[in-house]
Amino acid sequence: MELLSGADMLIRSLQDEGIEYIYGYPGGAALHIYDALFRQDKVKHILVRHEQAAVHMADGYARATGLPGTVLVTSGPGATNTITGIATAFMDSIPMVVLCGQVASTLIGEDAFQETDMIGVSRPVVKHNLSVRHPEEIPEIVRKAYYIASTGRPGPVVIDIPKDMTTPNERYEYIFPKKVKLRSYNPAIRGHAGQIKKAVDMLMAAKRPIIYAGGGVILGKATDQLTELVRMLGYPITNTLMGIGCYPASDKQHIGWLGMHGTYESNMAMHHSDLILCVGARFDDRVTNATEKFCPGARIVHIDIDPASISKTIDADVPIVGPVDAVLKEMLTLVRESKEKPDADAIAAWWKQIEEWRAFHGMRYETSPDVIKPQEVVEALWRLTNGEAFVTSDVGQHQMFAAQYYKFDKPNRWINSGGLGTMGFGLPAAMGVKLSFPDDEVLCITGEGSIQMNIQELSTCNQYNLPVKIINLNNQALGMVKQWQDMNYESRHSQSYMESLPDFVKLAEAYGHVGVRIDRKEDLVPKLKEVLAMKDKLVFVDINVDRFEHVYPMQVARGSMKDMWLSKTERV
Amino acid sequence: MRRIISVLLENEPGALSRVVGLFSQRNYNIETLTVAPTEDETLSRLTVTTTGSDKVIEQITKQLNKLIEVVKLVDLTEGAHIERELMLVKLKATGSQRAEIKRTVDIFRGQIVDVTSSVYTVQLAGNSEKLDGFIQAVGTSGVLEVVRSGVSGIARGEKVLSL
Ligand SMILES: Cc1ncc(C[n+]2csc(CCOP(=O)(O)OP(=O)(O)O)c2C)c(N)n1
Ligand SMILES: [Mg+2]
Repeated sequence: MELLSGADMLIRSLQDEGIEYIYGYPGGAALHIYDALFRQDKVKHILVRHEQAAVHMADGYARATGLPGTVLVTSGPGATNTITGIATAFMDSIPMVVLCGQVASTLIGEDAFQETDMIGVSRPVVKHNLSVRHPEEIPEIVRKAYYIASTGRPGPVVIDIPKDMTTPNERYEYIFPKKVKLRSYNPAIRGHAGQIKKAVDMLMAAKRPIIYAGGGVILGKATDQLTELVRMLGYPITNTLMGIGCYPASDKQHIGWLGMHGTYESNMAMHHSDLILCVGARFDDRVTNATEKFCPGARIVHIDIDPASISKTIDADVPIVGPVDAVLKEMLTLVRESKEKPDADAIAAWWKQIEEWRAFHGMRYETSPDVIKPQEVVEALWRLTNGEAFVTSDVGQHQMFAAQYYKFDKPNRWINSGGLGTMGFGLPAAMGVKLSFPDDEVLCITGEGSIQMNIQELSTCNQYNLPVKIINLNNQALGMVKQWQDMNYESRHSQSYMESLPDFVKLAEAYGHVGVRIDRKEDLVPKLKEVLAMKDKLVFVDINVDRFEHVYPMQVARGSMKDMWLSKTERV
Repeated sequence: MRRIISVLLENEPGALSRVVGLFSQRNYNIETLTVAPTEDETLSRLTVTTTGSDKVIEQITKQLNKLIEVVKLVDLTEGAHIERELMLVKLKATGSQRAEIKRTVDIFRGQIVDVTSSVYTVQLAGNSEKLDGFIQAVGTSGVLEVVRSGVSGIARGEKVLSL
């Protein structure tokens, strides 16, 4: 029989769970745990400079690997600092476990020093949270937390650990449970066969079909099945911002991503389709535009692991609850065996129409002889990295340009906060990726507004040698806010200027990194090449880009999917 | 439409706040809410009455089902069911009012459970309309205090909500 203190049990459970890295920040209520960490070397701890960054690091790791990330913080301010990160992960269904210290159970409710009701505070932004009531429960709680976080529709799970649950000299028997028993939690393991059959019949009969895939395909590790199905059918595919990489962007059946800043052709094709096969996406408002005007002629098949995502905003004609990989596999078999074949003439006519849309607009922007356009920076990076880098991003115009002009052929490489839209996500997420993929190129495409929300992490990068490349598309403004003000508030730029910007080159140097500034168009490609050649250095590239650029296409507010601005002057 | 949703919930601290939180977080109505342990001490039974379009009700049941501590649930209004609510009312009862109130209580099959020289305390059980009807019959001017338990419900016939 093995006797361990609660703190040792916690760390041992992480080891038994196979956790390699945890990201965190110590403090009073977590000190027993930090001591247990110190006395072992299997679980490695990364000390960030702000708890929010620890969560984004865990998140970046989870998005790149598909495995749950782990965070450790103290009670009170340590715990509340994680909330934005947890909410970010929650909105994008990212698996993660956040371990929070808590004041001793005997003090709870007394407004003790650094006491916060973390169970209450985190409740609306977690998949589940658990509190430890006896040290012996720790292994089971840890096991449960990882199980819940990473199965079904994934999400963050918080564990609240009162300090007296980790007291060093109180030891209990350590048993790491092999299996988790949860009578009230049984995610679907396959879809309804009858519904799948119905969906396949509809796919075969469709004249203007489109496949609309989302982040669920990546989370559900179903990119191979999806790709095979799409190729077998020969139908057009679009995906959401979160689904980028679920199908190769360079393939001709891929018509770009859809929604507010999606391609003209994908939004047009959605609007005019007669059948939408939605796979692991959720018809959110940044995709559908006004729901009452959404795709008037389309019947909808919706596959999702989460029943609550189906018919939430847009009613599905054929709902299929199940893991996307299993459902797509069954569909593949049925399509292969089907006596009906797609209507070749109708599909050819549909493609002809789509190609016309693609030729009419496609992805394009005006270049300028002397000003660097943010889009051309992204295109240059895409070429210089052969489209193979991990790209994290923050939130704003730069995020949309990155998503539009970097063509991802693989999943898990485009890493951004889609659901919550959290500025400050990019750098720590890139760090989480780089730590686990040291030989891959990791770019953080950011803006001068967003980067300053977690810039202190440059220090963490120095400590752990994380040579990410920060590409600051510096437009000297909160560009996306300014764009909305240009379009909806007669260019009254209320608080959207970033005055008194720091000298980012010096700032990077102060943290022990390399800073590079690019002002002239002719320097762009040569300097980017130099930057990418500095393999073992973190380089902060501050690029002076066009301050007046807008992101297009942009859906017209309250319109249908097909109502878009294509430039400052063209509206369709 | 009004619905009665009956939920078997893990009898654990925090479980109830998750249910209540869900309703406020997603802007769903709660008209009444009752909760108590069951014969199986690991489970509580919670009954919530709510209103909303079919789409909203579908979301409510799906979102409730997603809560890890929700073990099982049923929308009782989808089938034949029995609903009961308990009400205790303090009524001003002096002079000729006393006999009048007594008669009304009998008609509604209630009981006078406490008496003073000027007050009757009445206990009444039934569906919510019956309780509303009683208040109307005695007239709000004589009502000193009302406490209602909220609705509890159970399906008719052989159907049971259990593990
Ligand atoms: C934490 C947070 N606060 C506010 C916003 C609202 N917001 C969205 S984009 C944006 C501007 C971002 O500016 P910058 O990082 O410079 O990017 P740009 O749009 O200029 O490329 C703001 C303020 C947000 N998304 N996140
Ligand atoms: Mg900016």
